[in-house]
Amino acid sequence: MFKKFSKEDVHSRSNIKSSAQRGLKGNFVSQFEALEPVIDTIIPKKSQAILIKCEDKIQLYLIDNEVVLFQHFDDLIPTLKVVHKYPQCFPRVQVDRGAIKFVLSGANIMCPGLTSAGADLPEENLEEGSIVTIYAEGKETALAVGKLLMSTNDIKSINKGHGIELLHYLGDGLWNHTE
Amino acid sequence: MTEVLPKSTLYCGVCSYPPEYCEFTATFKRCKEWLLSNHQEVYEKLYSDEALANQTSTLSLEKEQKMEQELEKKQKKEEAKQERELQKKLSSKVTIKRIERNKRKHIISISGLEVFNIDMKKLSKTFASKFATGATVTKNAEKKEEILVQGDVSNEAKEYIEKLLEEKGLNEVKVEQIDDKKKKKALEAEAEAAAKAGKK
Repeated sequence: MFKKFSKEDVHSRSNIKSSAQRGLKGNFVSQFEALEPVIDTIIPKKSQAILIKCEDKIQLYLIDNEVVLFQHFDDLIPTLKVVHKYPQCFPRVQVDRGAIKFVLSGANIMCPGLTSAGADLPEENLEEGSIVTIYAEGKETALAVGKLLMSTNDIKSINKGHGIELLHYLGDGLWNHTE
Repeated sequence: MTEVLPKSTLYCGVCSYPPEYCEFTATFKRCKEWLLSNHQEVYEKLYSDEALANQTSTLSLEKEQKMEQELEKKQKKEEAKQERELQKKLSSKVTIKRIERNKRKHIISISGLEVFNIDMKKLSKTFASKFATGATVTKNAEKKEEILVQGDVSNEAKEYIEKLLEEKGLNEVKVEQIDDKKKKKALEAEAEAAAKAGKK
């Protein structure tokens, strides 16, 4: 999504209403329930969020000059900087070492990369369409954020084709985007 | 409710990734040097022989070698590219042109800054507030961006730009001042004539 992303893709920026900001926080927490204790540190009550509308219906939310999350249709997706700060709050999957190279160049993640020896999927089932943070074999920090194209049970049983649509990864346009 | 403190993550100063992922970037060599000089303990953790042995064990040797070769190629390319860019930066120059508008009134045009990754719009804003005049960004004849500042402020502008470049570590870049005495119309006519002559 952010493979090619630069200042030219930014259409408008505006401050959002505090009520809209409250709503945003609510939505964000309902999507990631583990966020509840930290949501006030991610989005402080008194802060002013800035909404940046971009090409392809992408909306970035900026707090203190840092992109905290972005919205694509109804999905609220945290940026990697936030994932690195609060790694325990998001569902995680792990890919094997061979896949890192491709993930870092923006490829969708194929099922075998999630089921092989070095990879790891959570025990409980994650539904199709949920947002996951992607880790790698032998690494401690997340390297990408993606959206499940099939539920994790299906990934385990079918083990073929695209498993995760990659949304945001280290070194993409959003990662390098500075205000 | 327990307070959960944000975890601070170290980012590489060269490639901006967390240091674990430096090995997948084209600037791996410089990343390593940076890490060694800035965060030695992390460096030792990541690149000690033991850690390296663990990493390679999961992949077959052949594959590993192939990957390494590819990476090396990429790194070389990247290095060459950066070298070229630096050369380009050093060889280019900034021009500050003073154009006469109306006998005693002048505007100055600043061009040649686009090579240095300077945000032209922001710079024009700073000029406007610094000199309390109007400043705009326009595209000139060569389709390159230039800043037009109202009023004869070329000396001050030169000083400011030199300072700006020095901050970026580019002391050797020349900043040239040109005095353009001719009226603009005459200049345009001349340019047109030159273009025509060139076509013929």
